[in-house]
Amino acid sequence: MGLKENILSRSIYVFHASSGSCNNCDIEIIDCLTPRYDIERFGIQLVGSVRHADILLCTGSCNRQSAPRIKKLYEQAPKPCFVVAFGACGCSRGLFKDSYNTTDPLDKIIPVDLYIPGCPPRPEAIIDGIVKLTKKLRGEV
Amino acid sequence: MSVWAAFFAFLIFPGFLFASVAGLLAGWIDRKVTARLQWRVGPPWYQNFIDVAKLFYKETILPKGALPAFFFGMPLLALAGATLATTIVLYSCFYPGNGFVGDFIAIVYLALLPSVALMFGGTASANPLATLGASREMKLILSYELPFILASSVPILKSGYSIRLADILVAQQGRPFIASVSGVLAFLVALLVIQAKLGFVPFDAAEAETEIMAGPYIEYSGKALAMWKLAKAVLTVGLPMLLVSMFWGGLGMTPLGMLAGLGKYVVVLVLVILIKNTNPRVRIDQALRFFWGPVTIMAVVSVVLALLGK
Repeated sequence: MGLKENILSRSIYVFHASSGSCNNCDIEIIDCLTPRYDIERFGIQLVGSVRHADILLCTGSCNRQSAPRIKKLYEQAPKPCFVVAFGACGCSRGLFKDSYNTTDPLDKIIPVDLYIPGCPPRPEAIIDGIVKLTKKLRGEV
Repeated sequence: MSVWAAFFAFLIFPGFLFASVAGLLAGWIDRKVTARLQWRVGPPWYQNFIDVAKLFYKETILPKGALPAFFFGMPLLALAGATLATTIVLYSCFYPGNGFVGDFIAIVYLALLPSVALMFGGTASANPLATLGASREMKLILSYELPFILASSVPILKSGYSIRLADILVAQQGRPFIASVSGVLAFLVALLVIQAKLGFVPFDAAEAETEIMAGPYIEYSGKALAMWKLAKAVLTVGLPMLLVSMFWGGLGMTPLGMLAGLGKYVVVLVLVILIKNTNPRVRIDQALRFFWGPVTIMAVVSVVLALLGK
């Protein structure tokens, strides 16, 4: 593990993009920042602009409206940027698999590095996912 | 003062290196106190150092349609202005009796430079939200400069019309200015002004993260964003320290006095953080009305009291 990987895995700025979610996943993300879980302990912060982000966190099934926008957001993010598919819809379109409006799952639109399944994922599952992502960043997996 | 001594003061101590390290630690105090107020644990002390170091490993993007000279020049200008202002403040604190005539006025000007640079940098980034943030920043500057200049004339009046920070510090040796009515009023005014200068809530309308997505900073990434973060860190040292020097006697030269000076700095910083954490963001017109109304009246009262010798 080099210095670069060590630094990148200790300061993670998250840009949260909702590509048409039902809001449950979004609430669970905020739960991680509350006193009970407090992931700012590990240097994880939510940021307002995708230009500051290290992680693009996508919730919701990508529909026809949001798919080009998610693609654009990924192109706008400074690299190295990692993509997390969040929740059942983000991972596999979930309930909306056969909908006329959701033609492609997220990982067909942009490269996805981590899947956090669940409807919505519990904060424990999110923290588990983050630990896996840091391990991936450090090249331990 | 030779050229080399000036370079050493600007770049190493008490300038860029010292001030940015101290500023990143002050940023940690900010995050830790905020976390404790919200009943959280908060990040470790080295978090801000990692955050800035990380940005140097990230891609630096020039958005389409942006002006490269302004877009990349403005963070450097902000960092240079903030460092110069902080160096002059800290130089008078660490080397008592030093400084040039009129350095107090130079500080008031230089402390404005990061805000002006932020305005230009935001406008140069060709983003509508950044332009909106820049226009708010301009209104904020217009609103807080008037009470700030009135409040900073109080130490000048009380030290017998001296515009040298070292003389202002000498005049406070027996009794700091904050121990008088006009001093307290001017201190409160200046405290609210540095809240706005540092871009903290409630006066963060220019860079509202949840509303206009970090405003002028929206298009900055990588090294350019790191420059902004360092400029802000340096200002977090300079501005509260300026307040301590203006009204509260500055640093002492004995070890105990140094410690007391550090304590004063932390008290001012924590006051700013407490205001930040207990107030919602005000709209820009509310901020303007607040600064030109009650705050300016308070500043005028303190100037009149200072003229009367209270």
